[in-house]
Amino acid sequence: MYQYDAYDQAMIDQRVAQFRDQTNRFLAGELTEDQFRPLRLMNGLYIQTHAPMLRVAVPYGMLSSRQVRKIAELARRYDKGYVHFTTRQNLQMNWPKLEDVPDILAELASVQMHAIQSSGNCVRNTTSDHLAGVNINEVEDPRPWAEIIRQWSTFHPEFAYLPRKFKIAVIGSSEDRAATKLHDIGLQLVKNQQGEVGFEVLVGGGLGRTPVIGEQIRPFLEKQDLLSYLDAILRVYNRFGRRDNKYKARIKITVREHGIDHIRQLVEDEWADNRDRLRLDNQEIERVKQFFTQPDYQLDATDSDSDYDILLQQDKAFALWVRQNTADHKVPGYRVAYISLKRPGQAPGDITSEQLEVVAELADEFNFGEVRSTHTQNLVYTDVKQTDLYALWLRLHAEDLATPNINTLTDIICCPGLDYCSLANASSIALSKDISQQYDEPNDLHELGDIKIKLSGCMNGCAHQSVGHIGILGVDKKGEEWYQFTLGGSSEADARLGERLGRAIPKEKVLTTVSQLLDVYRDLRQEEESFLATVHRIGVEPFKERVYAEDH
Amino acid sequence: MRKIIKDRQIVTDDWQHLEDETVLPATGNITVSITRWQKQHDRLRLHEGSLGVRLSGNDPLEDIVADLPFLQLVVLQFPVFTDGRCYSYARLLRERYHFAGEIRAQGDVLQDQLFYMSQCGINSFELAATERLTEALAAFDVFSESYQATVLRPDPLYRRR
Repeated sequence: MYQYDAYDQAMIDQRVAQFRDQTNRFLAGELTEDQFRPLRLMNGLYIQTHAPMLRVAVPYGMLSSRQVRKIAELARRYDKGYVHFTTRQNLQMNWPKLEDVPDILAELASVQMHAIQSSGNCVRNTTSDHLAGVNINEVEDPRPWAEIIRQWSTFHPEFAYLPRKFKIAVIGSSEDRAATKLHDIGLQLVKNQQGEVGFEVLVGGGLGRTPVIGEQIRPFLEKQDLLSYLDAILRVYNRFGRRDNKYKARIKITVREHGIDHIRQLVEDEWADNRDRLRLDNQEIERVKQFFTQPDYQLDATDSDSDYDILLQQDKAFALWVRQNTADHKVPGYRVAYISLKRPGQAPGDITSEQLEVVAELADEFNFGEVRSTHTQNLVYTDVKQTDLYALWLRLHAEDLATPNINTLTDIICCPGLDYCSLANASSIALSKDISQQYDEPNDLHELGDIKIKLSGCMNGCAHQSVGHIGILGVDKKGEEWYQFTLGGSSEADARLGERLGRAIPKEKVLTTVSQLLDVYRDLRQEEESFLATVHRIGVEPFKERVYAEDH
Repeated sequence: MRKIIKDRQIVTDDWQHLEDETVLPATGNITVSITRWQKQHDRLRLHEGSLGVRLSGNDPLEDIVADLPFLQLVVLQFPVFTDGRCYSYARLLRERYHFAGEIRAQGDVLQDQLFYMSQCGINSFELAATERLTEALAAFDVFSESYQATVLRPDPLYRRR
């Protein structure tokens, strides 16, 4: 993974000093709340229902074991001994004290971490495919590009006060595990007809109150032109994005109001001027790429003596976990192993300091000292030798980190909801706990297959409910919590918005509704058809009839 | 007299910002709004003294580009410090239109934004809090580097690594 040099380190150290000074001035009354707010947000610091919340950046999800240990330590020392992973691969501490935050940032800087631009109306943390570099279908590893974008976007002097937040994701294959079509800019490495690799560029995707699928602004962009083109898009957005209404300020609205063709023209005009000046040097591309070379794979990993196959036969629980929580790797003899942060009854994405320390230890032992966070609020070891899987599983299992539910009904994406967030209208964590406890039988989950539930406590949609196979949105009705269901959404290559099931459902009927939806699926699916494919084939009507039947 | 920061020094401002209704003085350095500039363009060009134009992110920058040879100062107005449009204007003025005169930030100009503003090519500042000018000077050195190609450092950091 990328390692800071003296320049990178100096800049994050200087950021800590700057924020310490700003915090001191705020506490001394020299900065007003309005003046301090954008500054603290650009350091990931929110003021929430109970306490400040600090969002720490995890660039494209990559973490070293050393960083994980530091996070465990900080969560114990400054927080309540746990952290929360988000859908943008970042992590959040929910209970730090404002006056401790500069110290926390200094500690993070000591392991090459920061909270820079993890919130605020600026370019946010760049996200990527959590299987980057090991995905067999990859055109090219997207991580060097994510790092190049990280550096370009960090402290960009022109784009620190944008109309609204700006999110970029980059992937290396057509399998989309990073929801690129729902980003302000989505980049996918593609091959053109001449066999050259470049980027397909989408713009104007986004979730929140007005979910929109991104549109293609350029089918093929040469790699050397990446930063000049991003600069051009950002400048057009900075100049023409709406600033009169924060709900209409995202670039998705700019694109909608001007039309993609007009925006494309503005960007191309801007780009014509910047292109040569900001063209990336090949030397720099190569410099960054050398940080993302393959780890030292053992090429005879498949041949080594092992009782892996026997263990798969003998230990049903292990076999279940392998089937559900591990995935193919491009190198024979290696597998990808997910760490589920969705144990029944747990707040999705939460992990304790003790668990983090085990994750770090196992990363050192089995995964070249690295672990990654995923868009779906889990963690993943991307390079585990097949013959190590059993030992790894035993240790994960002992820490409650081996629930075999990756990509199943209980692998729920969930926002903090009413429990933590001052924006929420309804609780989300409690419901996700209820659902995960109701469906805790691994074989049932496996039989139901890939079903993505996304559950948000308000229409800001932090859990991306509008692209959930089953989306659940909390709404407030005269002080009561109700839930609006949508069906058939997807955030992947086939990205689309879910369709409304019908009117909102009271909290006490949410579990029943989920079970009715699953019944309809079981009744009407054809052979191996997935839930999503079934919804797309039969539409929402049959589901609607079942759920609202008793009202007739 | 108004104190401002110009080229990292605290100096006494020798510019007068004229309201649209104010009668033109015979001499001296004056700035006018972009509206007045457009209306009284020919007359203003004969003014004995330096000329500046004030505009905000609401005004199209391109409208004054042809007039830049007549201007010694462009005042970029920040009605609130979170309105970032004029950061783009500053860069465009320097990098695309090669404006070599003074570019000034006016309005809700606070010490915490000075670093980025200066990297975008703004070189003078009318701070909202004039009593903090000395403290504000430190803001120009908050960071010793920038990853990006900026007006002050036209090569991106990677060329210096």
